[in-house]
Amino acid sequence: MPRHKRFAFLIVSSMVIFFLCLIATGCSGDNELRSGAGETEFGNEFIMLATTTSTYDSGLLDYLNPVFTEQFGIKVLVIAQGTGAALESGSRGDADLILVHDRESELKFVNEGFFIDRYDLMYNDFIIVGPADDPAGISDLENVIEALNRVAEKEHPFVSRGDDSGTNRREKKLWELSNVNTEQTWYFSIGQGMSDTLIFTNETLGYTLTDRGTYAAIKDRLDLEVLFEGDPLLSNQYGIMAVNPEFHPHVKYEYALTYINFLVSEEGQNLIASYSLDGETLFYPGFGLE
Amino acid sequence: MTRLLDGIVEAFRLIISFDPELIHIVFLSLRVSIAAIIVASIIGIPLGAFLGLKSEKKTRLLNKLIFTLMGTPPVVAGLVIYLFISRMGPFGVLGLLYTPTAMIIAQVSLATPIITGLTMVGVRSRGVEVVEVARSLGAGQGLITRTLIMESRIAILGAIITGFGRIIAEVGAVMIVGGNIAGQTRVMTTAIVLETRRGNFELAIGLGLILLMFSFIINSFLYNIQGGGKKN
Repeated sequence: MPRHKRFAFLIVSSMVIFFLCLIATGCSGDNELRSGAGETEFGNEFIMLATTTSTYDSGLLDYLNPVFTEQFGIKVLVIAQGTGAALESGSRGDADLILVHDRESELKFVNEGFFIDRYDLMYNDFIIVGPADDPAGISDLENVIEALNRVAEKEHPFVSRGDDSGTNRREKKLWELSNVNTEQTWYFSIGQGMSDTLIFTNETLGYTLTDRGTYAAIKDRLDLEVLFEGDPLLSNQYGIMAVNPEFHPHVKYEYALTYINFLVSEEGQNLIASYSLDGETLFYPGFGLE
Repeated sequence: MTRLLDGIVEAFRLIISFDPELIHIVFLSLRVSIAAIIVASIIGIPLGAFLGLKSEKKTRLLNKLIFTLMGTPPVVAGLVIYLFISRMGPFGVLGLLYTPTAMIIAQVSLATPIITGLTMVGVRSRGVEVVEVARSLGAGQGLITRTLIMESRIAILGAIITGFGRIIAEVGAVMIVGGNIAGQTRVMTTAIVLETRRGNFELAIGLGLILLMFSFIINSFLYNIQGGGKKN
């Protein structure tokens, strides 16, 4: 039976080698993960923050996090997703804390016990942008409901993120309030982040709902103008919260809390207020406001 | 048009000046994909050689399965691995999600079927002949195996290079399991996605050029060892 023996030997040896390699890459992977990136000095001193593309793409976190790391020696690893995905990552225990913007579902997750220490961190507003000549004529209208109804009446292209992000959730809620059925040929649900959606809107000469931060960050390469703003229904509240360590004992709750306390402190709030892009303030301190 | 030109000029400046961010991303890409291709080769080459020596009729279903896996869409591989290594998944306790190790695992799962399948085809086309000749010349089992690997080396090298070309250019799986964290799990392809989204076309184009350059080097090498398909 030499052939069978040979087969068995081959299988066993390749399995042994496979596991050795897995272990090797596993270990080296982890070591290299921290050292290779030049973060040796932080070792295990890091937290994983799941957040929305709006806080990351606007550059705010790249502005805040180095100050925090400098003071506390804790590195912040940022995963830019969308509000829905970030809430999911946090509740699965794949992140230590989250920074998102959909107050209603945030409070629901907090009530279910997934997150603790939730604070209103900051706010800005949503705006409707579109082609400079405003073909649907929404800029003089009284409120956002009228504006959306006008777009629907004119059957003008409207681009939706369609990715279950905070912005997308707000937009769907506004359409609901407007009593407009969006299953129409002029309504494009593209399932992408805010910047991609703005670029798509720019190319299709359509309208879209965006947070002010992302729009300001990339408006230089868009021909889109702010056509509607200022309705109370367009306020955009960001909340920060830690993953509940009772649910996920492995999370770095202490570090997460250090980060949250830093951001809601006077210093953190001032830093948020001082961040601007091309002279425009993008986020306003929101701690302690209702 | 000027944006594209400006982007290319700036991209060359970044490459020539060894921009640290760019270099770091390129090296991480290489490290992850090389580690993955080594693991995939260690699994795939013996498995492919073994199957190649078996009669095609007996292993037909398995062959078809391997060929199907060769075309696994990367996002599907990424999704499956995400579900396995997420904290709520069966291997969640290892804490592998959003680490380079997770990206290596995803790429191993993509490259292994390719290496197995191509090695199998290469060995099958010449294997039986080689084994018979070697045996008739009185070679022992060890020598036969070594001869077989030597005789199939072009096919095996081709398999490894094809696998490498696929995983280094792949974006779907590493985006899902790596999370595109700056300085940690950001590789060339995920960085291109991000920088395009952010409008930093210079870095995106620079990385794109480097990726194309790698592709050229890899494929030239493959072309040379295979002699462009001419009979030798």
